[in-house]
Amino acid sequence: MELLKLENLSVHFQVRKGLFKTTPSKAVDGVSLSMNKGETLAVVGESGSGKTTLGRASLRLLKLTSGRIFFDGVDVTDLKDKELQRLRKRAQAIFQDPYSSINPFMSIREVLMEPLAIHKAAEGKEAEERVYKALADVKLTPEEEFAAKYPHMLSGGQRQRVGIARALILNPDYVVADEPVSMVDASSRAEILHLMRSLQQKYGITFLYITHDIASAKFFSDRIAVMYLGRIVELGSPNDVVKDPLHPYTQALIQAVPEPDPANRLHERKVIPGEPPTPTNIPKGCRFHPRCPSFMKSKCDVIDPSLAEVKPGHYVSCHLY
Amino acid sequence: MPRLQVKDMRLYYSTLRGVVRAVDYVSFDIGEGEALGIVGESGSGKTSLGLSLMRLLPRNVHTFEGSISLNGTELKTLPEEEFRRNVRWRKIAMVFQGAMNALNPVLRVEDQIAEPLLNTTSTSREEARKRVEDLLKMVGLSKEVARRYPHELSGGMKQRVLIAMALILDPQILIMDEPTSALDVSIQAQIMNLMKRLKSKLNLSILFITHDIALASDICDRLGVVYAGELAEIGPSETILTAPKHPYTQLLLASIPKLTGSEMPKFIPGQTPDLANPPSGCRFHPRCPYVFQPCSQQNPSLIILNQQHSARCWLLEKS
Repeated sequence: MELLKLENLSVHFQVRKGLFKTTPSKAVDGVSLSMNKGETLAVVGESGSGKTTLGRASLRLLKLTSGRIFFDGVDVTDLKDKELQRLRKRAQAIFQDPYSSINPFMSIREVLMEPLAIHKAAEGKEAEERVYKALADVKLTPEEEFAAKYPHMLSGGQRQRVGIARALILNPDYVVADEPVSMVDASSRAEILHLMRSLQQKYGITFLYITHDIASAKFFSDRIAVMYLGRIVELGSPNDVVKDPLHPYTQALIQAVPEPDPANRLHERKVIPGEPPTPTNIPKGCRFHPRCPSFMKSKCDVIDPSLAEVKPGHYVSCHLY
Repeated sequence: MPRLQVKDMRLYYSTLRGVVRAVDYVSFDIGEGEALGIVGESGSGKTSLGLSLMRLLPRNVHTFEGSISLNGTELKTLPEEEFRRNVRWRKIAMVFQGAMNALNPVLRVEDQIAEPLLNTTSTSREEARKRVEDLLKMVGLSKEVARRYPHELSGGMKQRVLIAMALILDPQILIMDEPTSALDVSIQAQIMNLMKRLKSKLNLSILFITHDIALASDICDRLGVVYAGELAEIGPSETILTAPKHPYTQLLLASIPKLTGSEMPKFIPGQTPDLANPPSGCRFHPRCPYVFQPCSQQNPSLIILNQQHSARCWLLEKS
């Protein structure tokens, strides 16, 4: 069953260039994607690939340039006020920085009560109970003790769990987690990811896991979408994308990730030259062609490839296939 | 004799919460052309260790003790002026964390790279310009970059400029503190390739500070794992990565999601200790799965397992 469908979504920002001129930065440029109920889709990309913009747009937190969003079969692209608030209750977010995304003047109890009050989901005794249940879910126990604490009394990992509890307390159907562990200590990262995965499965939540770390996506998602310069260039199961990557960009990304191996130091890594261009200056044809090792002249630099299914469930946007 | 020898280094800070023991009796050495990795989580004291070698200390230092010797000369007792003149940047240079903010935004690249050369030697501007050009070439940048300002450079280019800056006085020791943490993986791989080349070409000794043991394996010949201000284990990369003896090293390695293999990443329950109030006994004991009677009583010493490999754990004392 499909929960969320993005149809040809584009988000362009106007970037100032000089005193009077602006130029569009095409952060997300024609992305179509659908997510099934209860699945975790990982969006993997480097900075500037548009992964965060895509996540925010899917929550209707940004103005779309074009495209449509369907949530549970309903077109929510142009929802306003009351109806939008109903969507907000069902679609929540976990943010990257647990130090700045929680109000330092509020106790954990107040942090978790706030969404319940805003959406009039529960009050009084019932609200209290939901707070304790949410804390138990993210393993911040004893619950009463943690509810009384303030953010500065918690470690980064514990704060991020408060962030997860806050996102889940309204029993949402859809959650966007934007780099939820990049600021958590290395030894605690897997703990947060395991926790998110188990809660996602327990409550059948649809998760959009945004990350730059393709290795963690391999373990904590059902499908992986690789983004480059505002487009999805490859989409498939973790097995397909990680073990048998088809797009030259995905291949290069995987080769760039170091694994703990003492032999690494003895040879140089194969790398793609250069850096990704900015989204204000997107190359013609295939966006990856200036850096691509398999570049085909007068094809890749002319024709923009579309995302095509090359194996069941495995999509790639590349002229090689 | 190793190029750099650090012995019983202690660096404590006075804070409102009490004395924070950021570096607590840390000893290691680095040979000529060798890279030693210092791997630890945030708050383990690894950055303090790097800064203490450069003697770039904050004002609230409580204790700064131990011995640092370079080619047999003790640096710890050198007067500040002499250290500044002859050691800092000239013998020991550093690539700072955060490529994005480590450059002066209002100075051209060439002026920033050449500054130490012009300030400490009698090099002419012309010679300095030539030297900057050579350095830029060595770090893989075109000479046009010299005339640019930092905002005109990408993250990867800034990082290369920082490396060039550190190398201008031909240092023997290069300290790199999370040099790629602000960069994307594809750019990180480019920079690591560059460092591998420079290391062998210039016979550099590198102290590579990072939270990412996988990244450290990309350049380091030996690895030291720090936990709560102390070295938990130190040894050749082969040993640390394939046959670690300290439970913390073992668990840290098991917590990394690997692209090859299907083993689910594990995690270490609990959290890193507060250095103002470290746990009694072994500092890792509250999170250790193998904890037994002596662990909470007394801190084990760094046990020498063989000439190269030592670890701080009661399990090893027993056997």
